[in-house]
Amino acid sequence: MKQLKVALIGNPNVGKTSVFNALTGLNQHVGNYPGVTVERKTGTTILNKDTKASIIDLPGVYSVNPNSKDEEIALKAIFDTSNKDFPDVVVVVAEVENLKRNLLLFTQVKDLGFPTILALNMADQMEKKGISIDVPALEKALDTKIVLISARKKEGIDDLKQAVLNYSNYNTNSVFDLKLIDENYFSLLGNLYPNENPYKVWLTQTGIFQFEKLSPLVSSSATVQKSASELKKLQQRETIKRYQFINDILKDTYKIDTSKATDIRMKFDRILTHKFWGYIIFFFVLLLIYGSIFELAAFPMDFVDGLFADLSTWTSANLPEGKLTELLADGIIPGLGGVLMFVPQIAILFFLISILEETGYMSRVVFLMDRIMKPFGLSGKSVVPLVSGTACAIPAIMSARNIENPKERLITMLVTPFTTCSARIPVYIIIISLIIPKTYILGFIPLQAFVMTMMYVLGFLAALLSGLVLSKIIKADRKSFFVIEMPTYKVPILKNVFLNMYEKVVSYVVGAGKIILALSVILWFLGSHGPIDTFGNAEEMVAEKHINERLTEERYNSEVAGYQLEHSYIGIIGRTIEPVFRPLGYDWKISIAVLTSFAAREVFVGNLATLYNLGGDDAEDETKIIDRMANEKRADGTPVYTFATGISLLLFYAFAMQCLSTVGVTKKETNSWKWTFVQLIFMTAVAYVAALIAYQLLK
Amino acid sequence: MTLNFLKKSQKGTIVSINVDHVPLKLIEMGCLPGNIVEVLQIAPLLDPIYIKVNDSFLSIRKDLAKEIEVELI
Repeated sequence: MKQLKVALIGNPNVGKTSVFNALTGLNQHVGNYPGVTVERKTGTTILNKDTKASIIDLPGVYSVNPNSKDEEIALKAIFDTSNKDFPDVVVVVAEVENLKRNLLLFTQVKDLGFPTILALNMADQMEKKGISIDVPALEKALDTKIVLISARKKEGIDDLKQAVLNYSNYNTNSVFDLKLIDENYFSLLGNLYPNENPYKVWLTQTGIFQFEKLSPLVSSSATVQKSASELKKLQQRETIKRYQFINDILKDTYKIDTSKATDIRMKFDRILTHKFWGYIIFFFVLLLIYGSIFELAAFPMDFVDGLFADLSTWTSANLPEGKLTELLADGIIPGLGGVLMFVPQIAILFFLISILEETGYMSRVVFLMDRIMKPFGLSGKSVVPLVSGTACAIPAIMSARNIENPKERLITMLVTPFTTCSARIPVYIIIISLIIPKTYILGFIPLQAFVMTMMYVLGFLAALLSGLVLSKIIKADRKSFFVIEMPTYKVPILKNVFLNMYEKVVSYVVGAGKIILALSVILWFLGSHGPIDTFGNAEEMVAEKHINERLTEERYNSEVAGYQLEHSYIGIIGRTIEPVFRPLGYDWKISIAVLTSFAAREVFVGNLATLYNLGGDDAEDETKIIDRMANEKRADGTPVYTFATGISLLLFYAFAMQCLSTVGVTKKETNSWKWTFVQLIFMTAVAYVAALIAYQLLK
Repeated sequence: MTLNFLKKSQKGTIVSINVDHVPLKLIEMGCLPGNIVEVLQIAPLLDPIYIKVNDSFLSIRKDLAKEIEVELI
């Protein structure tokens, strides 16, 4: 079967993704360009019975001059004849509204010498928007093939495929004469590189691209050197001249009655960007997002949790006893369950975010929030990850992907885990019940609830302040400017929403899942194995210790579990590094519980219960655990859980990473172990120092 | 005067642009001398601003708007 390579390029918000989805459906793959985090989206489609096409979907751009590192890498790949992405044909997707600006990009692509097709999307809306286009005349003026399509209604997709099949018939001449910009300069360039595409030569001069084998025939190149400022002026002139060229063409071929479209936009904008109602509406949108991932996701999460618990029980009961079954039943299956647990939250969050992006509302959020978030090195869009983070950092970090500016995206990912996620709640509840008295402030505000609220505030503050610090340290690849388009309001296309959701879930399970699984298996091994002479003889040791007592079976089992955890490898590590935690007020039992809860914070409470030999129902009963903790004494007889220790623990759990799933997701999303470790070390250091200071001041 | 001084729903013709401080992206979206720019909305904290220029609807920060010289219409 013959395979063509097709590149899809177009302005943002013209429905390019819809065209890509209509062509490829589920046959799409999101990867990265070699060695970098930049997304590379490809897919395949069948053109006819003996030809298929691999399609590369480029990021939305306004011109071939890249604005970011991401755009630069993606564009370079298709312009470079030696790259595997170099296309046979380029499809420029444009929309019928604001055609002028879409054509700027089109003329540039055409001038690079590609066989080029112009796909005019949203053709079904022309009548409604008062637009009429003389297609044959426009085809002639632009020297190209035009296809009218509506990706939303799936119209014209077959015509587009047919046009791609005919790619070799299209003229590859340029449409715009560069000499209109500066006669002398471009004549000189033409003389220096007589056999090269003039537009490629010019792009090379601007320093953006380095094309292969572009050696001058005449050796003196000194005369063509221009300063950065002169080049920028020429680029501005190029833009002016291209627009003049386009306006001349459109004058005879394109008519629009703009009043209709603008009306709807202004009506919505008046409310959604209103200085009061705008924030109220956004608040409710955030509430909906938070509620959905916190409440709605709980049902499928419990289901996944239960399913894997059953599967684990079934496996250990039905497979032959041995190390392999143990690994499968207690290591791998719970690990897989831990990975899949987050799928409902990710799916729900991306369902909502896709809708917000598709409708055009997200740009209004940025408009409202930019001034507030900017000082902290964050984007207006960072609000969504930060608020989602109060449910769970896993989907929240992934949602930072929608932030365009790489530096703001990185900072958002790094600081999001500071927000108070739901896994911290059980730890907070236990500690607060232990150390904060059940009194009221001013007679009516419960003190315990107030402290709990302050923990949320503390989480947000930590995230924002860390953003401030990181924005001073992290260097941007290049100076970036805040120029965002406020797109027309649209009804979301459900196919796009579901494909986006599906793609995010797959990339989480495949990308982050394997890291999370590996880490959780390692942690399980360390927590459930130990040296043979102590760990291996736990049952005898416990029996010997209580030789003169008659223990109930339950009591006996919990004693064994406690003994095993204490003498497991992780228990040994915990006891060994106890001196590190002693200045924070933690004894060896707390040290072990802190260490084991690196798997997930909520494990802290359960493991403390195990260490205090609470078995059976007692281990599940909060009041029993709290009672037991309140009675825990140090060697000198003073209680372990004093106010100072409690505050120290609260602060430690507020700031420390303590979540290996987050580590996995950060690695996947930043595509860098360096930033993953920076985050881990930074958070742990902040946690340690805060807990240390608090304990030393309060003890 | 520069674009950052325009009030809500005021229009101006772009006179010149400081190309050294304005990204090419803004120019390519149609922020060019001779074109008309209209301020549609100013964010509640006075920054950024929401403008219409060359049939494009954009949001830019004031520090960028002050690099664009306009003549009030």
